[in-house]
Amino acid sequence: MTAILEVRDLVVGYNPTLPILHGVSLTVAAGEIVTILGPNGAGKSTLIKAVAGLLDITSGQIALMGSDLTGLPTHEMVRAGLGYVPQTENVFAKLSVEENLEIGALVNRAAYAARREFVFGLFNDLSRLRRLQAGKLSGGQRQMVAVGRALMADPKLLMLDEPSAGLSPKLAEVVFSQLRKICAAGVTILMVEQNARAALRVSDRAYILAQGENRLDGQAASLLDNPEVGELYLGAGSRLSR
Amino acid sequence: MMQFVVDGIINASLIALGAIGLSLTYNILRFANFAQGEVLASGAYFALAVVVLIGAGAGAMGPLAFGWPLLFAMAVSIVATSLLVLVVDWLLFRPLREKNASRITLIMAAFGLSLMGRNIITLIAGGDPQYFSFYIPKAISVFGLKATPDEVAMVVITVLAVLALHLFLTRTTLGKSMRATAENPTLAQINGIDTRSVIRWTWIIGASLAAIAGTMQGHTIQVRPEMGFELLLPMFAALILGGAGNMYGVIAGALVIGLSESLAVGIGLSSYRLSVAFLVMLAVLLVRPQGLFGDKP
Ligand SMILES: Nc1ncnc2c1ncn2[C@@H]1O[C@H](COP(=O)(O)OP(=O)(O)O)[C@@H](O)[C@H]1O
Ligand SMILES: [Mg+2]
Repeated sequence: MTAILEVRDLVVGYNPTLPILHGVSLTVAAGEIVTILGPNGAGKSTLIKAVAGLLDITSGQIALMGSDLTGLPTHEMVRAGLGYVPQTENVFAKLSVEENLEIGALVNRAAYAARREFVFGLFNDLSRLRRLQAGKLSGGQRQMVAVGRALMADPKLLMLDEPSAGLSPKLAEVVFSQLRKICAAGVTILMVEQNARAALRVSDRAYILAQGENRLDGQAASLLDNPEVGELYLGAGSRLSR
Repeated sequence: MMQFVVDGIINASLIALGAIGLSLTYNILRFANFAQGEVLASGAYFALAVVVLIGAGAGAMGPLAFGWPLLFAMAVSIVATSLLVLVVDWLLFRPLREKNASRITLIMAAFGLSLMGRNIITLIAGGDPQYFSFYIPKAISVFGLKATPDEVAMVVITVLAVLALHLFLTRTTLGKSMRATAENPTLAQINGIDTRSVIRWTWIIGASLAAIAGTMQGHTIQVRPEMGFELLLPMFAALILGGAGNMYGVIAGALVIGLSESLAVGIGLSSYRLSVAFLVMLAVLLVRPQGLFGDKP
């Protein structure tokens, strides 16, 4: 298996004197769905933002498909094959759904029509809603716009920060099952989730971060059964698989 | 009586052209550019310099007291004013942005720039009013409403410029990138938009509209170092009234301010024209605090 993303000994924060991640490492192989879990404030979003080029990296390396991304400005990441859906403010609320998709395809304009078909195939509702302002949509619809927008550029790796946050359990299931389809279409996925059980069920592997450090990692199925993971999320003596 | 509407629309077109630039920088760079008046004045002086160099006056075309010399001067002025603001951004605002300066710092820098700009203009060109030509306005009269052909042309040019800007923002990739950057610069970068380039185009478009306004004002009234500064308050009033940053709101705001000013003149309060305009602005904001086209707070 070839590594799509390789993060090694990453030290990064919002202020050079105050690192949030103290040497985190992670690998995502082609075709995988990998989830990053961990308590609030563990540094999960920080890790994803650092990969997306939004933070100044103190030390460590980030490589996408073997080429070094460290220090590349954010606006060049998408051309390097990286898609990113932030947790909040992840659509252009004043732009129409269609304009959001156009912005997503700015680096891939020749393939606009084909990509749009792919996105409408995944999220049928978007086709009907395409002339509406994204800000007028429901939370679930907006999340579809956000993911669809990121897919327009045909990324090799799609990073999602808490894609199910604020969605009903039923809608969250819909999003997770679409992630499987996206992955089957050749897009490797790295996501952050709070909803550990549902996320682990669609994932191949997972990493658990705590206080800016790697705590645990392994196959999703074995983490579901791991009492240490159960304790972290549900209290002593629990397991996520039940 | 309806004459004040005609005068108001003529007045509003100058305010609108300047205020759109103000709203673009406000939206993309997130600060109020107090030096926008001097950008407009620079536009007028660049055009004046070209007209003087050509030495043919403003020219003439049919009923208009201007022709190709003035249009050529306007085109040169658009380029020169754009280059000027790009240099100023590079020297002054870009370093401040890179140091994450607060909005207040940026506004103070713009305020200082405004003062300096007026002084530099006075130093180079002198403080006296100057004219493109000895243009004697011959008003035409339709249904008893009077306007000079040049004033009508000025309104037409404004409408065309606004239309062009609308098509640019809604139909072109760069325009859409600008709207995306205005709303969420980080998300714009995530999509591959180089926001530094968007910032440059923001300055260029704002400066171009101000250069058009400055040239037209210079032609129909006169060229003075304070010409832009005196338009600054009405421009800000239009911006606030329109809902801070909505381009269409700014145009509506400029109309309200322009009409209130000419109404004040019409009822014999000409020395209070700005006060009347501000009263109207306050009255509108009391009813709609978010401005005419602003999002609900
Ligand atoms: N923009 C920011 N500026 C400064 N500190 C931040 C910022 N965002 C997050 N942090 C801090 O970084 C730490 C990790 O946050 P984050 O990566 O968002 O955690 P998680 O996504 O795992 O909940 C927290 O202590 C948080 O307070
Ligand atoms: Mg987070």
